Amino acid sequence: MTEIVSAAVAADHSTPVLSAKDVTKTFKVAGGSITAVDNVSVDFHAGKVLAVVGESGSGKSTLARMLLRLMPVTSGTITYQGKDVTNLGGSELRRYWRDVQAVFQDPFASFNQFFSVGHMLKRSLRLAELDKGTEDQLIETCLGYVGLKSADAMHKYPHQLSGGQRQRVMIARALMMNPKVLLADEATSMLDASLRVSVLNVLQELRDNLHLTVLFITHDIGQACYLADEVVVMEHGLVVEHGTTDEVIFTPQHDYTKRLLADVPDLQGSLKTRSWEPGAPAHVPPPAKDS
Amino acid sequence: MTKSLMRANNLTAVYAADSGQDVPAVDNVTLELPEGQILGLAGESGCGKTTLGTALAMIANPPLYVVAGTLEIDGNEINLSTLPKNANQVHRPYRGETVSLLPQGAMNAISPTLRIRDLVVDVMRAHNGSVTKADALDRASDRLKMLEMPTRVLDSYAHQLSGGMKQRMVTVISTLLNPALLIADEPTSALDVSSQKALIEMLLAMVEAKIMRGVIFITHDLPVLSMVTDRLAIMYAGKVVETGRTEDLVNNARHPYTAALLSSVLDPTEDTRTKHVLGIPGSPPNLGNPPSGCRFHPRCKFAMDVCSTTEPKMLSEGDHDFACWWAKEHPRETIPMEVTHA
Amino acid sequence: MTNISSNAVTAEAEGPLVPTDPTPGPKAKAKPAWMNLNFGPRLWVSLGIIVVIALLAFVGPLLYPYGPDEKVGSLYDAPSAAHWLGTENFGYDVVAVLMASTRNSLINGLLAGTLATVIGVGIGVVAGYIGGWLEELLMGITNIVLAIPSIVILILISMSLQSTDIPFFKGIVGLALVIGITSWPWTARAVRAQASSVSTREHIDVAKLSGARTPGILIRDVLPYLASYVVMAWVLQLASAILAESTLSMLGLGPSGTNSLGMQLHWALAFQSVATGAWWAFLPPTIVLTLISFGLLYLQSSLDEVFNPRLRRGKKKNLAAAAKRREEAARKLEEEMKAPAGVTEVIV
Repeated sequence: MTEIVSAAVAADHSTPVLSAKDVTKTFKVAGGSITAVDNVSVDFHAGKVLAVVGESGSGKSTLARMLLRLMPVTSGTITYQGKDVTNLGGSELRRYWRDVQAVFQDPFASFNQFFSVGHMLKRSLRLAELDKGTEDQLIETCLGYVGLKSADAMHKYPHQLSGGQRQRVMIARALMMNPKVLLADEATSMLDASLRVSVLNVLQELRDNLHLTVLFITHDIGQACYLADEVVVMEHGLVVEHGTTDEVIFTPQHDYTKRLLADVPDLQGSLKTRSWEPGAPAHVPPPAKDS
Repeated sequence: MTKSLMRANNLTAVYAADSGQDVPAVDNVTLELPEGQILGLAGESGCGKTTLGTALAMIANPPLYVVAGTLEIDGNEINLSTLPKNANQVHRPYRGETVSLLPQGAMNAISPTLRIRDLVVDVMRAHNGSVTKADALDRASDRLKMLEMPTRVLDSYAHQLSGGMKQRMVTVISTLLNPALLIADEPTSALDVSSQKALIEMLLAMVEAKIMRGVIFITHDLPVLSMVTDRLAIMYAGKVVETGRTEDLVNNARHPYTAALLSSVLDPTEDTRTKHVLGIPGSPPNLGNPPSGCRFHPRCKFAMDVCSTTEPKMLSEGDHDFACWWAKEHPRETIPMEVTHA
Repeated sequence: MTNISSNAVTAEAEGPLVPTDPTPGPKAKAKPAWMNLNFGPRLWVSLGIIVVIALLAFVGPLLYPYGPDEKVGSLYDAPSAAHWLGTENFGYDVVAVLMASTRNSLINGLLAGTLATVIGVGIGVVAGYIGGWLEELLMGITNIVLAIPSIVILILISMSLQSTDIPFFKGIVGLALVIGITSWPWTARAVRAQASSVSTREHIDVAKLSGARTPGILIRDVLPYLASYVVMAWVLQLASAILAESTLSMLGLGPSGTNSLGMQLHWALAFQSVATGAWWAFLPPTIVLTLISFGLLYLQSSLDEVFNPRLRRGKKKNLAAAAKRREEAARKLEEEMKAPAGVTEVIV
């Protein structure tokens, strides 16, 4: 258990753990190409949560998949602990994945429905090359960390778990690998609000207690506000604003960020400043039913 | 109080499982919508809000059965449990003209081979075979102009429109017949915030223009509901646990579940920066075998002995109804929120 | 050194994993997956047909007093008590020959159908999952094989097989191999499309991040999702392989000296059984052939019902009982509603 934490804590704080430099991704489509990620450079510092915020089509998930090396970059470099990992393959890539793990958006599609939770977790652990006793102990610990009991969860199949439980199992899976960086790609967007909060709390604790570096990708600026230390705002593949969470959310500079913030609905019903009373005569005559 | 547009009484709807046991997804729900208002129906996934919407729209199809309940709408009283089991046989005017349902994901169900105008004609013709193409399109383009939307959208195919525009178009089309009541199921969930805002503004304009006389807006997203609704009903495990004016529920929750949902809302504000929310422990119950007494008691911080044995009755404080033993013992006291600040 | 477990954070936040089933299904006990499948009457009928024919082919010869190579009469002896379906052109007992032919045709179908399915699934899965130039290459090959008129190839190869001296390829096995390696493309194309859509699922990414290698992902993360599809494709391949063999044999291109349903028809036609009214020579193999392909095609469509939950019909008995209960409950509820409607208790 000891090495789980030591490596992450020992990491140098000033140089980034993971960084993307001038990363670009172009997709070929019929009659041309689309630039999904355009010359993006981001640094991830140890023990921090960096949120990438953007609307659909902003390229935030493509960026994540490139950082995870699940998708090749068109140009640019990805550096992990000072080493260029842009073109890793084979066993080197698998070693990279021991350190950089991910949790995805859809907690059902992330599971192979034919495997029980225990089978899935043990399969993942092969990458870590542990002996059996240590394996069981580690699974128990990591499931405990996300509030699950291994005795209850191990024999369950994904369809027997709720969405929140599935997502927590996926987080436990990622944790077991003893990662230094965790990418959460819209990991909370399909969860109900109360479950979402508890998953965000797990990520927060991981950062505070295990010094985990988290890349939190979301379309919901409110969640970034709750969790993140730094926020990157993306629009159409470009980074339009980057700063500490307080800077970006409370003193936004870019128009896009301002608009994004202005459009977020809030509980006090800012839009509902109506000029009429419910039930009062209509201002616009309704189109007659049989005109 | 204003006249009521719709009132659903003691509605119970069950899903028939292969095993033969019925799973009640909506359990003895009574709901009222005053004329000209927007009612929000909120709750987490699996609480029965979509099922309730389906039953109210009179399109319950097997394996969903409405076993009890009446719907008073627009002066008519309809016994929902005796409607034809095949929803296609339900008297047409009730569907589309009296009640119109905008189902979840409707914007992704537009046929990719049809222009929006074809969809308009199809929908109008389905209700009145004698409508000419020109009349149908005239009405649609008048409606779009009224809502300050571009009429050229009618000539587009679905893939040429953004998600937000598609969603606004299906909303417009589903209300072309000026239904008394529009039931919109998660219309904003798949949209970006700016599209959400545009849709909400359009819905408010439609209600203002009296295109429909009431809306039931179903979503799990409380901030969206607080922007658009006049009243809220919170559902948990098939039951409505709290209902009242939106401001009252948001500022003065009287059911612990409502309070927990509200505390889980993360606005991009200074408060969110420093707060720590605990969330709701445990999982929603299995509807086939719900907990005894108050269904929320196993997850409730305020649970007392009585909560696990006896189901709380709906209580009223003015225009604010709730079913909670704690609230009964603490009149006019807001449920404390489970939030700590750093 | 921090011990993870000492920091267990969320136990208080979310509570323990609730062991009850979160699925809305009532009392969904952990049944083995196959018990939840819906075995409808169609499946039983088709399985029944196939089992009866298999018994006829594999158990029948053990019980029947005559062998297929035993000369018991002369050309087209009419059915009698001793020889239920008479004799065929060489004076062999038709029932004995029919059983031997059915067995050979089934073995041929199994070999050819399985071979076609294995090749097709292999190529389809690799092409669909890996994509890129490999997909282009494999699908190119598939389309070429598809474009070649397979009947021509079949005729050419089976003619050369007839003149070969290699004993293994001379008989029914040789023909089965030929049919197998010409009929896989349809399976390959269908499987490629399915594999391609499975490969975009997030669980594949999770498997990669877990260090799984490509062969492992193909076998454990892609193939299980195609299993129902592959089974159905296999059943179809069985049926078409049996028909292909019969066609070739009937045209006189089958392996000489072996019994098969097509061969039986070939001889019956060659010796004028239709013209002479010796129905017992051509009708029995035709009926068996029809039953086999009907059984397999019917099995395929009923498997669709088993695997595809949307086509499932609820268990009728349960549903009827539930409907009755619902009516009862509705009546009770109506009575309750007639009681004072004042469920609202005003406290302030």
